[in-house]
Amino acid sequence: MEKFVTHTGTAAPLRRSNVDTDQIIPAEYLKRITRHGFEDGLFAAWRKDPEFVLNQPAYAGVSILIAGPDFGTGSSREHAVWALQDYGFKVVLSSRFADIFRGNSGKGGLLTAMLEQADIEKLWALVEADPSTLVTVDLDKREVRAGEITAVFEVDDYVRWRLMEGLDDIGITLNQGDAINEFEAKRPVFLPTTA
Amino acid sequence: MAKTLAEKVWEAHVVRRAAGEPDLLYIDLHLVHEVTSPQAFDGLRASGRSVRRPDLTLATEDHNVPTIDILKPIADPISRAQVDALRQNCAEFGVPIYSLGNIEQGIVHVVGPQLGLTQPGMTVVCGDSHTSTHGAFGALAFGIGTSEVEHVLATQTLPLKPFKTMAINVDGELPVGVSAKDVTLAVIAKIGTGGGQGYVLEYKGSAIRGLSMEGRMTVCNMSIEAGARAGMIAPDDTTFEYLKGRDRAPKGADWDAAVAYWSTLPSDADAKYDAEIFIDATTLSPFVTWGTNPGQGLPLSGSVPSPADATDEVDRVAIERALEYMGLTAGMPLRDIKVDIVFVGSCTNGRIEDLRSVAEVLKGRKVDSKVRMLVVPGSVRVKNQAEEEGLDVIIKESGAEWREAGCSMCLAMNPDKLAPGERSASTSNRNFEGRQGPGGRTHLVSPAVAAATAITGHLAAPADL
Repeated sequence: MEKFVTHTGTAAPLRRSNVDTDQIIPAEYLKRITRHGFEDGLFAAWRKDPEFVLNQPAYAGVSILIAGPDFGTGSSREHAVWALQDYGFKVVLSSRFADIFRGNSGKGGLLTAMLEQADIEKLWALVEADPSTLVTVDLDKREVRAGEITAVFEVDDYVRWRLMEGLDDIGITLNQGDAINEFEAKRPVFLPTTA
Repeated sequence: MAKTLAEKVWEAHVVRRAAGEPDLLYIDLHLVHEVTSPQAFDGLRASGRSVRRPDLTLATEDHNVPTIDILKPIADPISRAQVDALRQNCAEFGVPIYSLGNIEQGIVHVVGPQLGLTQPGMTVVCGDSHTSTHGAFGALAFGIGTSEVEHVLATQTLPLKPFKTMAINVDGELPVGVSAKDVTLAVIAKIGTGGGQGYVLEYKGSAIRGLSMEGRMTVCNMSIEAGARAGMIAPDDTTFEYLKGRDRAPKGADWDAAVAYWSTLPSDADAKYDAEIFIDATTLSPFVTWGTNPGQGLPLSGSVPSPADATDEVDRVAIERALEYMGLTAGMPLRDIKVDIVFVGSCTNGRIEDLRSVAEVLKGRKVDSKVRMLVVPGSVRVKNQAEEEGLDVIIKESGAEWREAGCSMCLAMNPDKLAPGERSASTSNRNFEGRQGPGGRTHLVSPAVAAATAITGHLAAPADL
């Protein structure tokens, strides 16, 4: 996994609340068995509308999504994270994320930074007034900086450490093999098996 | 220190705890399906890793499968490739699988409980958000993403930060005609789609105790629609009776040891929750959704809300958008909403008790001529049992279609879907835009309301017939 310390890029305002993962990527795109190439499915239904923010030439090449509250609700599909990443997003900013989506993002290296809704509103106004505004997301300082705005964001300490170090979760856990063996030896005998 | 049910199960599964790090939790049962697993198996292959405990892992085919002509090759080449990939991956890594045509095949969250694999006090995960269903047994069960699926396959553990706990007390007797689905829709409407964020919900109170295991599964199933990772109900005699004698349930002395352990799991009387809400069961009535998230629901006797009723700007925009998408006018009585399709099934309401409730309403009546009704059992065993009870005959005589097991019209990944603009009353769990097919419009309802709606052609409860 690539290390994430700071990222600077342009940002798209997504003025919608409760953006569920069915909207981020509809089920019809979930049939693929590969890990990449999901960019065409991102917000597929909304992208049919020429007015949709990502269809506006001014927001071409954005890498930061400024979303409304409760982003990523619903289905656990990790394809939602892959679709955002394949499209080019490195960061999603919101005042509230759904748990599973947020967990998935951390694993895949997509930063979900949680800001106050008031700061989201300010950032929306800023990038709507000037879509070329550069937004910096500084994971080290836990800060978003754009124009005159400096906003702190919340991110889990452990996720932050893993992202900054670019560490793979499974590798970390496999180092705990002895602890797992020890636990397994003590499991009650009445527990079921599938075999 | 006094502990809640969730805390007891959590503590019993900590493999490793270190300051500043998530707990490493052991996973007792890992359920797998074709949609969220191919990239996980690929990851194992790429790094030369194996499945640590294939004997604690079980795969079924459900999301993509057709519900007619199931023994013919799947027509959609992409769906077929995904199911084929699951079969190959299971063969390569030694994971047991119930494929189409097997008597144990069905929706993953119906199959686990009916086999007796889901037991109190266990940790259960699956790459599917409705894994919360299994919490009905007092298991800590939650949905995970594909990276976590790979993690569990490789290590049988997951690094996790503790959840907060919320008690949902539903006390009093449910009025006649009010089911578990109405309870869960009312809970979600009360706390909102984000209200459960970060929490494990524990459903308590006399109304919950009075529910069957099927009803409890319906309630826990939709915990995720309130944003919660998991929902749980303390195990009791209802739980033990359901489990006793099932294929994978403990037998003999093991059964006694298990029941003794399970009986220690209910939350201590003085346990503290991080949040607590109270619902008076006697005030509940049949509940339906009018909007595009499961929190946008109201009693069936209500009317479509107006953007003017919104409490803030975000809410106002959300109502406006929902009305536009749903093609509804503010103030319209919910009972006046006409539907094209009625869908009964899914991991929320595809169990035997749900089908019995539908058949009871349909018996001796006909589905409205303008309505198409699909009844899809949650598993082959549910289908067989329904046929033994003669429910299929009642359902077919009413004019409804009787299908094979699968996720079907819940999520538009198989041939069963809504056409653009079509409106459904559905016993599934999500009314998101396009969930049942692009442009489709979904009203979430209980099985009894679904059946009454099919007969009248508009949203209705059995009492309206």
